[in-house]
Amino acid sequence: MRTVSRRSFLRSSAVTGAGLVIGFHFPTGVRAAAAAEPAKGPVPPNAFIRIAPDDTVTIFVPHSEMGQGIMTALPMLVAEELACDWRKVRARHAPNGADYVHTRFGMQMTGGSTSVADRWVQLRTVGAQARTMLVQAAADAWKVDPATCRAENGFVIHEPSGRRVSFGKVADRAARLPVPQAVALKEPSAFRLLGKPQHRLDGRDKVTGRATFGIDVKLEGLLTAVVARPPVFGGRVVRVDAARARAVPGVVDVVQVPSGVAVLAKDFWSAKKGRDALDVEWDLGPNASLSTEALLAQYRELGKTPGAPARTQGDAEAALATAAKVVSAEYDVPYLAHAPMEPLNCTVRLAADRCEIWTGTQFQTVDAAAAAAVAGIDPARVTIHTTYLGGGFGRRANPASDFVVEAVHVAKAAKRPVKVVWTREDDIRGGYYRPLWYDRIRAGLDADGRIVAISHTIVGQSILAGTPFERFLVKDGVDVTSVEGAANLPYEVPNVFVGLHSPRVGVPVLWWRSVGHSHNGFVVETFVDELAAAAGKDPVEFRLAHLSEKHPRHVAALRLVAEKAGWGTPLPAGRARGVALHESFGSVVAQVAEVSIENGRPKVHRVVSAVHCGFAVNPDGVAQQIESGVIYGLSAALHGEITLRDGRVEQSNFHDYPVLRLDEAEH
Amino acid sequence: MIRLTVNGKTVSLDVSPDTPVLWALRDHLDLTGTKFGCGMALCGACTVHLDGQAIRACVTPVSAAAGKRITTIEAMERDRIGRVVQDAWVELDVAQCGYCQPGQVMSAVALLARNPRPTDADIDAALSGNICRCGAYPRIRAAVHLAARRLGV
Repeated sequence: MRTVSRRSFLRSSAVTGAGLVIGFHFPTGVRAAAAAEPAKGPVPPNAFIRIAPDDTVTIFVPHSEMGQGIMTALPMLVAEELACDWRKVRARHAPNGADYVHTRFGMQMTGGSTSVADRWVQLRTVGAQARTMLVQAAADAWKVDPATCRAENGFVIHEPSGRRVSFGKVADRAARLPVPQAVALKEPSAFRLLGKPQHRLDGRDKVTGRATFGIDVKLEGLLTAVVARPPVFGGRVVRVDAARARAVPGVVDVVQVPSGVAVLAKDFWSAKKGRDALDVEWDLGPNASLSTEALLAQYRELGKTPGAPARTQGDAEAALATAAKVVSAEYDVPYLAHAPMEPLNCTVRLAADRCEIWTGTQFQTVDAAAAAAVAGIDPARVTIHTTYLGGGFGRRANPASDFVVEAVHVAKAAKRPVKVVWTREDDIRGGYYRPLWYDRIRAGLDADGRIVAISHTIVGQSILAGTPFERFLVKDGVDVTSVEGAANLPYEVPNVFVGLHSPRVGVPVLWWRSVGHSHNGFVVETFVDELAAAAGKDPVEFRLAHLSEKHPRHVAALRLVAEKAGWGTPLPAGRARGVALHESFGSVVAQVAEVSIENGRPKVHRVVSAVHCGFAVNPDGVAQQIESGVIYGLSAALHGEITLRDGRVEQSNFHDYPVLRLDEAEH
Repeated sequence: MIRLTVNGKTVSLDVSPDTPVLWALRDHLDLTGTKFGCGMALCGACTVHLDGQAIRACVTPVSAAAGKRITTIEAMERDRIGRVVQDAWVELDVAQCGYCQPGQVMSAVALLARNPRPTDADIDAALSGNICRCGAYPRIRAAVHLAARRLGV
């Protein structure tokens, strides 16, 4: 394969590039070459920034926008150092390629609440490099010392003469310059954009219907496919009679793929009617008798034994035996579907040696490799066009690439470009759930009401077992994501045991917004409240009494939330306050909820959050994420439950898998 | 052939009469701003106006829309109320993933067209059929109030 160095490419693009500058404009072959080769050393600015003659600055965002605001926060990192005019910044999803791999994880992906931290140095650096090149280019044109020039708001300004030139006018010349390796980054005190609330760059497109999600993709000759999948996880097609399906007007083809039977049609409605008309005989496979009740009974039995140790400190059993008081509790939390608003979908166009994919994915590198394996081509020949994601929450980051792999199979079998669209029922019943968890937890208190021991056994499926991530994140039988938020309990307790059972169950599971923290945060903090009650202590004071100077952020968040929520002040009759404190993914969050019981059910009136997340690049973006997390969490706490009976998922759509609605949200 | 009036234009479509308006818009008229979320009138992502009323396009067959005016999100920038609602949404950074927002906007515009000064309870009643998984609800309510204030000026 022909290779083109970045330097030589920069040169050629400057010569032929029609004003296109610090110009990321790889022709296909070059991009493919780049994708095949892991990035070595720093990624140059040309991968991220394009400056047009009209001064528009396009920033290629290496993570996927699924609501979390990185299409705004990441361009802010570039723009701060580039010193461009923020109003002229446009953001686009980067293509797939080695230039865009996660700086820590070494693959192109979005997850683990890492995007801003991941790019914090890299994107400011490329902004500074590009600015340096623009200043140098202007200085060269003026034949002055670049040290006498500065960049501001999209212009290079020569201080002594007052001459100024816009970035767009010198971008061509700048592209011919070498990329400076050492650039100084601004001190935070000099930030003009960062740390100040900025409106979302995607806000307008998302209220006008212009934003393109995967489901909106249009291609010449594109068919829509709806797939009939087995009614039980692990089931297989035995026999298909597609005659009636093929007779549905608009249906073009019916093909069998490993995951089921796909009906392809000129539009979704015809494909759906075709699927309804299919007659498929299924081999239900080994999971046809699965039930949530039986699983929980099995988990309870497992919970009677300690499990693989995730943390052992002191001797919890001995301390429990001599404690003044022992408190014990069991918790179980259900399987949960992510239920993003945009049902899963994936568009695929295959050629002999090429696979093009349009989808909202969090997992470009993994998906490209999986698609290549199905298509029988080199992963470097797979192009992924990342669209906006109509919600991700982890569902669109699947080590098995389920919705991508299936679509490639359909396109391959049908020999047509195809968009596979999942119905809501397909989504709710499609597995890859937050696992079902059972917890058995005991603690001992001394005569002063201090915790002397905690023993916590966690039972639930490993998300990582059987995936390529297993070898990094499963150690001595412990999937770190199963115990995160429990094994690293922040409270000072001399004797701690945390153990884990990871039963193999035929229900596909996946990370679901906050992963292990989604259950461990709930279990641990609910139990700590039980302990405070048993000790006769105020829940805030009880927590503070068990936090040492090793956890200053926890203390700060807890004190702040107590103050802002008016902890301890009178409440209207029938209302109560509850508090929780948890660290996940580098942030510490304390929350106080005001709750009452109405018609026998909890009603949440108000949630106050204190967030210790470090520097907030876009403070309003952080606020949006916390608001979102509260409501997503309340959906799970008040409504969410996926159950199985006879191997079948009992829920199907928003009537039996309800989520929080406007009238239940805080007023 | 079925004749529909969409955003002021009359179009003829070769689809079966039971085809939901949603799929006629999305797959035959390239109006993809109206979204598919549930297919059962449970989530509101597909909300459009039929003779000015907010309806769920995913369960409304084209046969029921013949002879009536269909208005979609694509027409809202040219709509007096629509534009103000969109501006309020942008100003308060309501959208996160944004997938449900065209439907939210359509429900809000229909509400404000018949009730220029909605209370919280009015907004809850009109928009609780529109699910937002990102949880933009507090901002949605605030943006409807903001738009109402602006329209009242």
